[in-house]
Amino acid sequence: MSIFQEALSTAFLLILQRDADLMEIIGLSMQVSLTALFIACVLGLPLGALMGSREFRFKQSLRGIFNALMGVPPVVVGLIVYLNLSRSGLFGALELLYTPTAMIIAQVILILPIIAALSSQILEDLHEEYRDLFSSLVVPPHKALLAYIIDARYSLLTIILAGFGRAISEVGAVMIVGGNIDHLTRVMTTAIALETSKGELALALALGIILLLLALLVNFAAQQFKSFQTVQRYGGGR
Amino acid sequence: MRCALLPIQIDRLWLKARHKPLLRDISVTIKGDGITVIMGPNGAGKSLFIRCLHGLSQPDSGAINFAGTPLNSDIRQRQALMFQKPILLKRTVQQNLAFVQSLRADILMADIERVLEQVGLRHLAKQPVKQLSGGEQQRLALARALLLRPEMLFLDEACANLDPASVGQIESVLLEASNRGQKIILITHDIAQAKRLADDIVFLHHGQLWEHSPADRFFTRPASEQAQAYLDGQILI
Ligand SMILES: Nc1ncnc2c1ncn2[C@@H]1O[C@H](COP(=O)(O)OP(=O)(O)O)[C@@H](O)[C@H]1O
Ligand SMILES: [Mg+2]
Repeated sequence: MSIFQEALSTAFLLILQRDADLMEIIGLSMQVSLTALFIACVLGLPLGALMGSREFRFKQSLRGIFNALMGVPPVVVGLIVYLNLSRSGLFGALELLYTPTAMIIAQVILILPIIAALSSQILEDLHEEYRDLFSSLVVPPHKALLAYIIDARYSLLTIILAGFGRAISEVGAVMIVGGNIDHLTRVMTTAIALETSKGELALALALGIILLLLALLVNFAAQQFKSFQTVQRYGGGR
Repeated sequence: MRCALLPIQIDRLWLKARHKPLLRDISVTIKGDGITVIMGPNGAGKSLFIRCLHGLSQPDSGAINFAGTPLNSDIRQRQALMFQKPILLKRTVQQNLAFVQSLRADILMADIERVLEQVGLRHLAKQPVKQLSGGEQQRLALARALLLRPEMLFLDEACANLDPASVGQIESVLLEASNRGQKIILITHDIAQAKRLADDIVFLHHGQLWEHSPADRFFTRPASEQAQAYLDGQILI
């Protein structure tokens, strides 16, 4: 049996048996990445809208910083978070190192720039289009912001999915700040890295396949949401 | 009932872009109720002129007063402008009007129904805007302006893409609004339409005001050569 066949059958076996360890790892992966995504959206979308639609001092510098941060390697982010959370670090007293919270912090830092920078571009285009109308109607800023986010919802959804993809697939940062501790901070990607280093290639590949399926599932759900919304709002095809 | 924003006093209005004057020293007083039509060749500055009256473009110098008060956001809220290119939210027809309703406490659901009826878009209420034809989009923009029940309504080539029946329908809506005391300021290239609607005409050319006369006089004995040439269909440069 080739390694791929073995991996495939291992993967299906693990899923079918609902292996407790596996379920725990999947659960933690989802929990950490979805929480990070949620926080990054709550912070990043209004920030993006602000950068896209308002003039303020240092706006260009802020944009430049976010654009640059989009490309920072995850291990570097991991290292910086590690330094801040370690005993001698700025936030050492909080004792967050090697906890899921530390992983969430690292992932928020990783995906916030993506959400903020890309959404600001999209919302800026919309702002250009709506600006005259909104000043004619004297739309208060918070309502204008909300309108931008609602009307750009499908493009924003794509950005959010990209953010989720980066969070769930990332290994370097969560390895450093989480430590890959069994039953505590072990997630899909760190488990794959571990099993590979142990030579358990089939198991590693099986985990990889499950990760892939998970990513596809999330994208599929988003696609369904999108077409459901369209049908609901505009009636079926005509 | 008389529009409380009258008279509009425009004094020595200048607007330049990169040192090129686009509006040059325009002084005019619009006193009368009814419908004022702004005419002039393409690029004359008509759109810029009404954008200034609505506060969307800032003049470099000059004063604009409405019943003695300089333009402010309270006055702007009592005006509405229908843009030359309709700006519509990427939503359904109904939702575009509901958005305006969410901004003003005094607009009711029944008002939305009424304006949809007035512009003949009732049957398309649930249609997304991007599936509307150009003329339908223009009528939606007009419905939105009417929904605001402005004391002063600016229309920038509102009927440009409409079929004759729709033009007739819109004109009767405008006349009705005017009779209710709403001041209407309208840009059009349609001379026949201007004759049907206008009480007075403002004629612009090259960013300058050439004439402000009662409509009947403008069409029979225009004061300026430029206006005469424009009415005769000659190209003005
Ligand atoms: N923002 C701008 N910057 C530079 N030129 C402009 C701007 N807006 C309009 N113009 C120019 O001003 C002139 C008048 O424009 P406009 O008021 O739109 O003409 P119209 O009478 O056809 O409505 C045109 O020549 C146009 O190219
Ligand atoms: Mg124009």
